[in-house]
Amino acid sequence: MRKAGTYLVVGPFAIVLAFPFYWALTTMFKRDRDLYNTKSIPYVYNDNGGHAHWDFWNYMTFHHVSFLFKHTEYPTWVENTLIVGVAVVAITLVLALPAGYALARLSGGWGQSMGVAIFLVYLVPPTLLFLPLSRLITELDLKDTLWSLILVYPSFTIPFATWLLMGFFKTIPQELEDAALVDGCSRLRALRRIVFPISLPGILTVVIFSFSLCVNEFIYAFTFTSSTAHRTISAGVPNELIRGDVFFWQSLMAAVLIPSIPLALLYNSFLDRFIKGFTGGAFR
Amino acid sequence: MAVAAGGVVAPRRRRWRNLLEERRFLAPVLIAPAVLFVVVIVGVPLGWAIYLSLTDAIGGSLTGKWVGFDNFTDAWRDQNFRNALENTLIITLAAQVLVVAGAAVLSHFLVRDFRGKWFVRLLVILPWAAPVSLVTIGWLWIFDSLFSIVNWTLGKVHLIGVLCGAFSVDGCSATNPPPWLGHPNLAMFAIIVVHAWRVLPFAVVIFIAGLASIPTEVEDAAKIDGATGLRKFWYVTLPLQLPIALVAVLFGIVFTAADFAVVFVLTRGGPFNSTQVLTTWSETIGIESGRVGAGAAISLYLFPLLLVVTILMLFFARRAQVT
Repeated sequence: MRKAGTYLVVGPFAIVLAFPFYWALTTMFKRDRDLYNTKSIPYVYNDNGGHAHWDFWNYMTFHHVSFLFKHTEYPTWVENTLIVGVAVVAITLVLALPAGYALARLSGGWGQSMGVAIFLVYLVPPTLLFLPLSRLITELDLKDTLWSLILVYPSFTIPFATWLLMGFFKTIPQELEDAALVDGCSRLRALRRIVFPISLPGILTVVIFSFSLCVNEFIYAFTFTSSTAHRTISAGVPNELIRGDVFFWQSLMAAVLIPSIPLALLYNSFLDRFIKGFTGGAFR
Repeated sequence: MAVAAGGVVAPRRRRWRNLLEERRFLAPVLIAPAVLFVVVIVGVPLGWAIYLSLTDAIGGSLTGKWVGFDNFTDAWRDQNFRNALENTLIITLAAQVLVVAGAAVLSHFLVRDFRGKWFVRLLVILPWAAPVSLVTIGWLWIFDSLFSIVNWTLGKVHLIGVLCGAFSVDGCSATNPPPWLGHPNLAMFAIIVVHAWRVLPFAVVIFIAGLASIPTEVEDAAKIDGATGLRKFWYVTLPLQLPIALVAVLFGIVFTAADFAVVFVLTRGGPFNSTQVLTTWSETIGIESGRVGAGAAISLYLFPLLLVVTILMLFFARRAQVT
């Protein structure tokens, strides 16, 4: 009875939340004569006369998906996104790992307020900063390059990562380090040999969520880059794949769905750790 | 203490090493690079934005003539700006109401164990994990003027008429379904739905963290005292969960009020600037019209709102500790 109740509530929520993705998935394999036929039942696959068929594999096409990869710049944007993401994550780790550790171990007054200050920075939205930053990017001659994004994205990944890492490091018992110090390790060596390896799951969580913040970002990507070859997916798909009034819906839906699924799978796998770090930094 | 072993190290290097063993020296060394980077890339532009908002700077220049608060007062007098400010507040508040209601219910059931939980959770967090600008294109297709799945479905169950009435759309009927993004009221509603949909999974996750942090002793004590169902929810769960729930709400406010992608992709502020929000309007003025100073002033109107939210967040985050 209790079980049934759970499914009755959770089920509809899941359906509503995932619906746009189901809709994208169905759309991306539709033939034009099915998609743009008002007689078709849009939830499923239909023949040219608008009659629905359950053997959907006979009425779908991969044409629009292959069009996306062969005749648009989509693969370039995916590549650019990966380049930016990896570079930003690397910069973030180099700066946030030591900072997060030090903030976690600093007891008392200003360690705490420093942590809070870093967190507050995460709340200053890009929409407040993009105007001066876009002028700065022009001044540095970085306009329309991936470098502009690599330079600016750490502005939100570093505070976010420092905060999460602080939460993770707090869960590591101080005694472990003390033991290493007694055994003749230097502090930096203890950090490298003991603390970082133990926190690897936490660090991986930070990598994944920082990376996804980069993939997600829109306003910087949209204002700093302008040529098709230097777009990331987040700015490229909405600005380059939609030309005037012509929408290639099937290709667009493929472009939307392809990055979303792996990100969601990663989120789901690392969710518990994310919660632990997120609340650990703030509330303990 | 550990340095004693390094007898062969030159004195100078040893002193350097000694310093690194020193806590009050090591900590600033580890923190400084991150802080410096953030100050340069966030603090400086923020200060600059404030400076620009007080000048008549135009596109291509980094400075301008000092004009005091003219940009702010000019913006205030502009009907488009007032509209954008009002829309930002309406969208932010309405979306949060939907989010809190949804997250309170969903998190309550998602903490339980049941078969297929992993898959359900995957479906639930999809909107949060997917890139905003991309999923909004998904919604663009859902609200398409000709092939909207919403209109098709409502048409099948004969509710188009109800929809037209509810949003007072003129000249709309079952045979002439409303254009979702072409009508001010419907477009606003669509934007609210997309924001709520996008923020809900995050709120659910934070709510679950809050529920999970309630110690089992408290649950047991409540059980012994005979608190069940609604009473338990009202007197035990709610007070313990409220602080962290508020943190989720405040995050939601920041995510929604500061967002640019949803409105930009869905409506570009249209039809006729009726769905502009502060972020899109500041981009229209600051980048497209090239009036950087005026654009900066518009985006800075967001600042007081975010500041209040942030202060509240700190206040509640401190209390979120369950002891």
